[in-house]
Amino acid sequence: MKKFTLLAVFALASAAMYAGGYRVSLQGNKSLAMGHTGVAMVDSSELVFFNPAGLVFLENKLGISAGGYGVFSDVVYQNETTGASAETNSSVGTPFYLYGAYQATDWLAFGLGIYTPFGSSVEYPDDWAGSHLVNNIELSAIFIQPTVSFKIGDVFSIGGGPIYVTGSVNFNRNLTRSLTDLDGNRSEVTIDASGVNQWGWTVGTMFKLSDNLIIGANYKSEIILDADDADADFENIPNSPLTPFADTKAKASLPLPAEMTVGVSYAFCNKWTFAFDFNRAFWDVYESLDIDFADPNIPDSFNQRNYKNASTYRFGLQFEATESFTLRAGYYFDESPVQAGFFAPETPRNDSSGYTAGLTFNLSDHFQIDASFLYLRFKEVEASYDPYFEGGVQAPFTGKYKSSAFAPGIGVSYKM
Amino acid sequence: MKNTLKYIALAAVVGLTSCEPEFENKVSDTGFYDTGSADMTTYVAVGNSLTAGFADGALYITGQENSYPNIMAGQFALAGGGDTFTQPLANDNLGGLLLNGVQIANNRLVLEVDEDGNPGPVLLEGTPTTEITSSATGPFNNMGVPGAKSFHLVAPGYGNAAGIPTGASNPYYARFATSANATVIGDAVSLDPTFFSLWIGNNDILSFATSGGVGVDQTGNFDPSTYGPNDITDPNVFAGAYASQVDALTAGGAGGVLINLPDVTSIPFFTTVPFAPLDPTNPDFGPQIPTLNATFAGLNAAFAFLGVPERSIIFSETAASPVVVNDESLVNLSTALRDALIAGGLDAPTATIFGEQFGQSRQATEEDLLVLTSSSVIATLNEDRFAQLVALGVPAETAGQLSVNGVTYPLEDQWVLVPAEQESIATATAAYNATINGLASANNLGYVDARSELATVASTGIAYNGGVLTSEFVTGGGFSLDGVHPTPRGYALVANLAIQEINNTYGANIPMVDIGNYATVTLANNGN
Repeated sequence: MKKFTLLAVFALASAAMYAGGYRVSLQGNKSLAMGHTGVAMVDSSELVFFNPAGLVFLENKLGISAGGYGVFSDVVYQNETTGASAETNSSVGTPFYLYGAYQATDWLAFGLGIYTPFGSSVEYPDDWAGSHLVNNIELSAIFIQPTVSFKIGDVFSIGGGPIYVTGSVNFNRNLTRSLTDLDGNRSEVTIDASGVNQWGWTVGTMFKLSDNLIIGANYKSEIILDADDADADFENIPNSPLTPFADTKAKASLPLPAEMTVGVSYAFCNKWTFAFDFNRAFWDVYESLDIDFADPNIPDSFNQRNYKNASTYRFGLQFEATESFTLRAGYYFDESPVQAGFFAPETPRNDSSGYTAGLTFNLSDHFQIDASFLYLRFKEVEASYDPYFEGGVQAPFTGKYKSSAFAPGIGVSYKM
Repeated sequence: MKNTLKYIALAAVVGLTSCEPEFENKVSDTGFYDTGSADMTTYVAVGNSLTAGFADGALYITGQENSYPNIMAGQFALAGGGDTFTQPLANDNLGGLLLNGVQIANNRLVLEVDEDGNPGPVLLEGTPTTEITSSATGPFNNMGVPGAKSFHLVAPGYGNAAGIPTGASNPYYARFATSANATVIGDAVSLDPTFFSLWIGNNDILSFATSGGVGVDQTGNFDPSTYGPNDITDPNVFAGAYASQVDALTAGGAGGVLINLPDVTSIPFFTTVPFAPLDPTNPDFGPQIPTLNATFAGLNAAFAFLGVPERSIIFSETAASPVVVNDESLVNLSTALRDALIAGGLDAPTATIFGEQFGQSRQATEEDLLVLTSSSVIATLNEDRFAQLVALGVPAETAGQLSVNGVTYPLEDQWVLVPAEQESIATATAAYNATINGLASANNLGYVDARSELATVASTGIAYNGGVLTSEFVTGGGFSLDGVHPTPRGYALVANLAIQEINNTYGANIPMVDIGNYATVTLANNGN
């Protein structure tokens, strides 16, 4: 039985591939180890993120989970017509999470979560072939989410809460493919915004149909980060009225899309649990990244993105091997929200496959150590970003990309 | 349990070892690109300013970095060619040359926008730091010498700094010649090239053309030591010099490409200033048209009397009029004109001046090419002529009226390339190109047809990713602000053309560049 299940899970590896945008699905070591499933897993305070409705079904009075990851991601690019090639500097992202759940009564629970579900860190070599689209980008957002969870009857629960987001972004690109100052230094702009705050919300429901079978659903609202006071820093600009690029303020909006998740978990053969989650991320909100410069002499920058809604299919398996060890493995495939002809190198995401595994070691009745890792595999892809214009004429940026990411994570859980 | 651990372990190993993404076929893999039967280990480029990366009237670092040989060498390196391609880089990005501290060549041109918002080329201000006497240590892979003609490349002493003040040698070559008596071709061959490109001969006609044909067509004179700087080289002299260069470069078994000579008259230097630039709506010119036409009426009657009514000068009050030019190919009618004017009732001194001034004049036609630099003299006072007339006793006011370049004083030879001069250029160019083509065939070398490519740039333009490259001055993208030399984007086009020919001739697979990534004219306002 167990062998069959694992094979079935891994067989999907050859099917269509993974997710994207700047969503980073690393919100709990237990969940990640199972392919980042969790909307229907009643296991730990990671539920604050995955499905607040489930908190009320937790068995302990108090549960706390904290952890983080090192994300090692790389992108390689090449254009076989020109021979141009580039490789991103291996950037290390460090998403983290902290969850707490408190069982107030047998029908009411409270929770608090701090986590980082969106982010991006891509650094190409300066002045690489696609430098007119991006040299480097650093995007981060911290979500803070107080939560309440009610049980209504024995089977049904509902939970949710507001989300407070604080985000920052730093983005650098060259102004065009060839503009330089007198000494040949490429003209560039850096947009920097921090302390961009916004509110959103989440709500979830759960049906605990039996001790073995749970169905869950969760929705997180769209959050538009409006940077109204970003700094635009122009460098290496020719001294000419034809290039009126002086440092100024800028406005830009970056959407963090809504996400709907439904899933099921099923415990079987005593020590085994299978979980399946389906995510739908409503990326179609990300139509364009527009930068409105305060200085009226500087033309605004319009960068079409035209993302589409995208789905992720997640499968996880848990095995309580011994008193001390729980083992987990998972797989997911993630559709990219990027459409053909809109493949911008700042988020070089095509469909991908995530392979995950991990374990929990019970140190004591109260403490656990959770470890997991993710290997995200992208197929080599020939892609282009078409809506780049110079002097009103379209100049698509094309080439082959291949990405990969490896994310080991570690965390601790406390319960009493 | 055992199996689970096995899978976890397996997944961990997969994860760790394939963390770095790799393409199945990397462009940097050996054999992804190849140089075919050519050996690009040591590439040497021989030529003139075009090869050197000269642009905007000067030689400066960023221009040199975008020379077509340097662009080609970068692509060769992707295909397994040599990693280093050395160039005699200038000392700065100002351009300009110093000889013992004295500036002997202008700084580069940049596109400045004036107070009225009009863009135009101006010299970039600043003190150049490229001193000829503090030599760069040659030889270099790029042996392009601005100003060199075909026979100069084989002339010993062309790089002798002592000869610069007299014009006997070349300041650019003097900077990096390996000795006072070295030859350009000798220095090039000393690098033991495995591959070369040769683009020479442009100046054998270009300096005649850009000087408006003030030089002499030396066809038939086989002694280049007697040539002036603006003369057309005899095709046999060209052929002899060119053949000896090809012999020298191929002696060690090197492959190479020979680049032919474009039609110099299609470059913006000759196509930008219209033959009929005199605009009646110009407040400085329009109100004077009736007076001018009245003045020229007597002259036109004399032309009619002499049987050359086509030389009549008439300015339109409704449309732009052609300038008045001096055409050396016309029969000089000075004396007959003077006599006819006197017979028509004009006083003798004035008739004499008119006869002298309009003896070989006519209004320009669309066949005439006005040089780029004429734009700054047309309709301005010719100080020399004014002084001459005043010395002859002509009242200052009248002298001034008779000394307006292109209006009352025919544009001098140097400002206009008349059809007869264009004919000399075309004939010589055709002969040179026949030689180049023949030598390419005889030596199994690539023949790069820059002539047709640049003709296309001038006629329809050449489309690239993100635009169309044309020879329109300033805006076309192909030519730098001197109107003669390409921009980096224009040089990139040449590099692609040469690579294409190498791929064909040598069965190579060398990638071409995206010319849209190369710059065009440089914007800069002097001062702050």
